Order: sequence, then structure tokens, then C-alpha cells
Amino acid sequence: MLAWLHRLASPKRFHGLAGFFITWCGWGALVLFASGLYYSLFNSPPDYQQGESIRIMYIHVPAAWNSMFIYITMAIASLFVLVWRIKAAAAVARACAPLGAMFTFLALATGSLWGKPMWGAWWVWDARLTSELILLFLYLGFMALQSAIEDKDAAARAAGVLAIVGIINIPIIYYSVEWWNTLHQGATITLSEKPKMNTDMFISLILMSLAFKFYFVVAVLRKARNEMLEREQNSQWVKEMLGGSDERK
Amino acid sequence: MSVNEFFHMGGHGFYIWVSYGLALVLMVTAFIPPIFQERKLIKQITRRLRREQREQS
Repeated sequence: MLAWLHRLASPKRFHGLAGFFITWCGWGALVLFASGLYYSLFNSPPDYQQGESIRIMYIHVPAAWNSMFIYITMAIASLFVLVWRIKAAAAVARACAPLGAMFTFLALATGSLWGKPMWGAWWVWDARLTSELILLFLYLGFMALQSAIEDKDAAARAAGVLAIVGIINIPIIYYSVEWWNTLHQGATITLSEKPKMNTDMFISLILMSLAFKFYFVVAVLRKARNEMLEREQNSQWVKEMLGGSDERK
Repeated sequence: MSVNEFFHMGGHGFYIWVSYGLALVLMVTAFIPPIFQERKLIKQITRRLRREQREQS
């Protein structure tokens, strides 16, 4: 099992797989963004209560979902680092953090821009907003810890522990709107129920969410692949890949 | 619907366009550097490998 896992996650294998996903998810993201933006800006109705400002939802909710999804990805990758010492997983976890922080910031900022016209306030200290802000600090802490420790493997393990402990914040964010009295509205879409919203709104939200996910896959793999290439530049497979064409000279 | 009306967004134009603009700016800025980094990295490694090969022969 262990040997199989290491072979599967070998740097060379990772490089090939990443290339495959970067290409196809890249095209997927383009198509999804094009159709998602068309739906969210032109082909979906204004909300009967919130008017046109509902269109902020198509950025805000996908960003917030990504912020949690990326954290879970980072924590799982960290688990692979801690338990099986897989280098590619460390590269993925490291690449996740700035992207996760970016989407958390985007969720907070667009939430603010939505809150101002709807609630009359840029910010309120309620459970949802506060726990999302804590998520931002978790990402920043992870990045700080990574750069504070010189030895990259030790840094990945230390930050990995932080990532795994911090995952407790994810269900808190998710259920915060149910556990506490809050200004923030409840979940727009749940897995267990049929969506209560208009079909075109639902399509807009799904398209944009998928576009954000695909974007993340491409962005994270590009960064992780670069890091692996840099670390592995003296290994045989990199020499074969980049030096092979020059043997004729 | 006129172009003006579209950008006005029923009075919420500012909030909506700043949201979309911010998303665009952030996602593009995060995406560009790794592309150049990869190009530079490949160039560096190829050059080094070529040099080593020359030294060997």
C-alpha cells in the first residue's frame, strides 16, 4: 500500500497528472466562466427582495465555498505529508494557502459589498463573518509558519499540524448560521433539499461555483508543479524531460 | 435594457461592479506569476543541463 502510494504520488507521475488536469480544467474553467458570467449578469432575474444586488451572490458564494474547499484540500494534503511524507502533497498544501487566503478575502470583501446595501453595514461581528475571518488568519498563520522554518520538510510538517487542527473551524463556519442568531442568511443550497431559488439563479450559482473550482485546480497545480520542478531539478526524470532533446548536440 | 441601465444595476451598480472587478483582479494576479515562473525555471534547468553535458563530453 505504502509503496503503491509513493509510486502513485512520485514527482514524475505528479508532473504528468498535473499537466493533464491543468490543460483540461483550464479549458473547463474558460467555458464555465463564460457561461457563468453570461448567466449571472444577463440571464438571471433580480431578486424580489434584494433586487440586482443578488448578482453579488454569484461571486460571494463560490468564493466562500472555495475558501472552505481549499482549506479541506490543504488539510488532507497535510495529512498525506504527516503520515506518508509525500513531497507532492507538501507542494500542493503550500500552493493551497495563498489561494485559499485570496478566496477567503474575496468572500469577506464581496460580503461587505453586499452587506452595505442590504444590511446597512459593511461589517458586523456575527458568527459567520467572524469564523470566516478566523479562516483567513488560519491561512496566514499557515503561510507564516511555512516561511519561518528554513528546512522545507520540517516547515511542511509543522504547518501541516496547524492545518489539520484548524479544520475544526470549517464545520463552525458551515453551521454558524444555524447555531447562532445571525444577520447572515442561511444556506442557499443544501445537498439534502431541492433548491428553493429560481432556476436561472440556481444555474448561475452552479456555473460560477464550478468555474471557481476549476480555476483553483489549475492555479494550485501550476504552483505545485513549479515547486516540484525546482526541488527535483537534479533527478533523473527532470533530466530526461528537459535535457533529453539536447543529446544530439 | 440600455447600456446605462445595465451598468446602473438598479442602484446597486457600484457594489456589484466592485465585487466582480475585485474577483477578476485577484484571480488574474494570482494566476500570472506561476506561468512566468515556470518558463524561467525550465529555461534555467535546460541551460544548466546543457552546460553539464558539454563539460562531460
